[in-house]
Amino acid sequence: MPAAPRPRRETVTGVPRSGGRAGGRTARHAPARSEISEQTPLGATYVRSLMRSQLRTALLGLGALTLLVGTLPLLLQLPRVLTGEPLAPGPHLWVVLGVVVYPVMWLIARWYVRRAERNERDFRGLVEGR
Amino acid sequence: MNHAYAVAAVTVVVLVTLLIGALGLRISRTTSDFYVASRTVGPRLNAAAISGEYLSAASFLGIAGLVLLQGPEMLWYPVGYTAGYLVLLLLVAAPLRRSGAYTLSDFAEARLESPQVRRLASLFVVGIGWLYLLPQLQGAGLTLEILTGAPGWVGGLVVAVVVTGAVAAGGMRSITFVQAFQYWLKLTALLVPALFLAGAWFGDDAPRARFDAPATFREHTSVRFQETVRIELDRPLTLTATGTVDDRPYDNGSLTLDVGSHRIASGTTLGFPAGAEVPEQSDTRAAGAAIWSEPLADSREEHPLYATYGLILATFLGTMGLPHVAVRFYTSPNGTAARRTTLVVLALIGAFYLLPPVYGVLGRIYAPELALTGDADAAVLVLPERLIGGVGGDLLGALLAGGAFAAFLSTASGLTMSVAGVLTQDVLPARGVRHFRLATVLAMAVPLGLGAVTADVPVADAVGLAFAVSASSFCPLLVLGIWWRGLTPPGAAAGLVIGGGAALTAVMATRAGIPAAGWSHSLLAWPAVWSVPLGFLTMVLVSLATRSRIPPGTAATLARLHLPEELTTKPAGSTAPEAER
Repeated sequence: MPAAPRPRRETVTGVPRSGGRAGGRTARHAPARSEISEQTPLGATYVRSLMRSQLRTALLGLGALTLLVGTLPLLLQLPRVLTGEPLAPGPHLWVVLGVVVYPVMWLIARWYVRRAERNERDFRGLVEGR
Repeated sequence: MNHAYAVAAVTVVVLVTLLIGALGLRISRTTSDFYVASRTVGPRLNAAAISGEYLSAASFLGIAGLVLLQGPEMLWYPVGYTAGYLVLLLLVAAPLRRSGAYTLSDFAEARLESPQVRRLASLFVVGIGWLYLLPQLQGAGLTLEILTGAPGWVGGLVVAVVVTGAVAAGGMRSITFVQAFQYWLKLTALLVPALFLAGAWFGDDAPRARFDAPATFREHTSVRFQETVRIELDRPLTLTATGTVDDRPYDNGSLTLDVGSHRIASGTTLGFPAGAEVPEQSDTRAAGAAIWSEPLADSREEHPLYATYGLILATFLGTMGLPHVAVRFYTSPNGTAARRTTLVVLALIGAFYLLPPVYGVLGRIYAPELALTGDADAAVLVLPERLIGGVGGDLLGALLAGGAFAAFLSTASGLTMSVAGVLTQDVLPARGVRHFRLATVLAMAVPLGLGAVTADVPVADAVGLAFAVSASSFCPLLVLGIWWRGLTPPGAAAGLVIGGGAALTAVMATRAGIPAAGWSHSLLAWPAVWSVPLGFLTMVLVSLATRSRIPPGTAATLARLHLPEELTTKPAGSTAPEAER
């Protein structure tokens, strides 16, 4: 039976700050991250909270799209229904469907991208304990 | 039109495409370069590439043709194509990128941990890809035929060979450069002639286009009918004819047609007097009508509001499931970049879509006979010659021809790329770059062969069909997969088959002409209104019934999809102390 290898000598110093569990703001940061990576109930709650805020943002954007663009076919039918006779497609139809909808959709998209990135920043702040 | 200029323009586009592809070959060295351009493409370049890939022939030629035929209602097509990207951004862009998968099949497998669902998803990716490739190849054939008189199969073959070469040689890296170039080419090719045409229109005292009444000929116009058609007259019309009308031969004789239906034999030339109304064509299908202008046009008239919402649902929700769109997101370096890229894409395609309606309106004024001969898609190509003429008109026409060809090439290469990717991973026995090249040939050969066999079938609706099928199959899979913990493999499989299958069956039935008219016809021609909810409902209900099959890794997968990358890839050492606990 071979002799058990002797444990190597190691220099013992203080706990490295980056992964440490004592003192400073990094102390709270590592556990929250590992709660997530180890899928503890607390970590799952963190993930759920992010998902919920992102889903809320996405649904708000989707709601804006539905309200501003999705209802247009109905709105454009209105004069036809109210007056009872088919109306000639006027210039407003061209302006709305041909030009106006595009900047509207882009603005919804820009609002969403900023909001989603802010959600992620807030979440990072929460996890890293800042 | 001067053929020499057009041929030269198309040749230049093809050569530049091959040249940029060859440069990509020198740059792309690793397998990762090949498939996803090593995930290092910046938002701007990537956004131009995505837009270049997305703006197909249906956008470049088809929208103008549809507007010419049917007026402003058709503007819902470009609005829907753009809104599809917005919905994609809102619901799937960043998580799809963070899933780290390459194809939609990869996503299905990563999320549901089931090889069966993966294979099913692959089937849909390849099917939708081929459905979308077919009209691109046929459109290329039609364009080359109009421009140069070459036989119909030549254009498709040219596109197939160039795309296969470029994709097989350089993979995703070279395709990114090629497509970014082609976006700017397409925008320029549509913008510059539009400015000149608008100038000519103002110089002509800016006549208004009328969409509430039949279009009229502005001047004496000779129309040559390539194929036999039936036309409908609301009032008697006196014209000259050379050829056969109602089975009677004429040789440049004058005749008066009564109210009703008349048969114009192929090869006949009719001379319409100035101010005459353009007759209605009663059977567009029989005339081998305009290929993108036709999609389901006839069924709109019965229930226009329902049809509009069918179109809206299919395009808004279908974009996210198109294989060539999804594959592009994996080339972004991270989820945040994927979002920002999509924002730029929305600006780029929105800017592009301002232009095609201009051509549609001008076409209604200056080239109304295109509706009669079923060549409405050619509106974009023939307008410079009509309004400007001379060398200037020829040069602008050549620019448009080059742009149209860029449209076929870029969309076809994106589709080939994604179909070949799935074929390599799920069908061919071994992976690696050599098999990818084999798969590229296969991905292109099948639709090319199908196009040759089904030349007389209206595969035109294939673009709309692809959107409807994708909205009913991949949209539920992606949205529920990303946002709902309860999705199970049986639920996903059932939803794919029932939702996507129903949409596919419905449109196939319409094509076969099973319900001729009425509500049943509208319901089947525009399936998205009911097939999308059906797909979602099936997925949710079957998943709820098979709760025990929820994949064990669901929580971890969802965390990866939604957490910013730097929180999931931890700095080294930070977990070590915890691991000792």
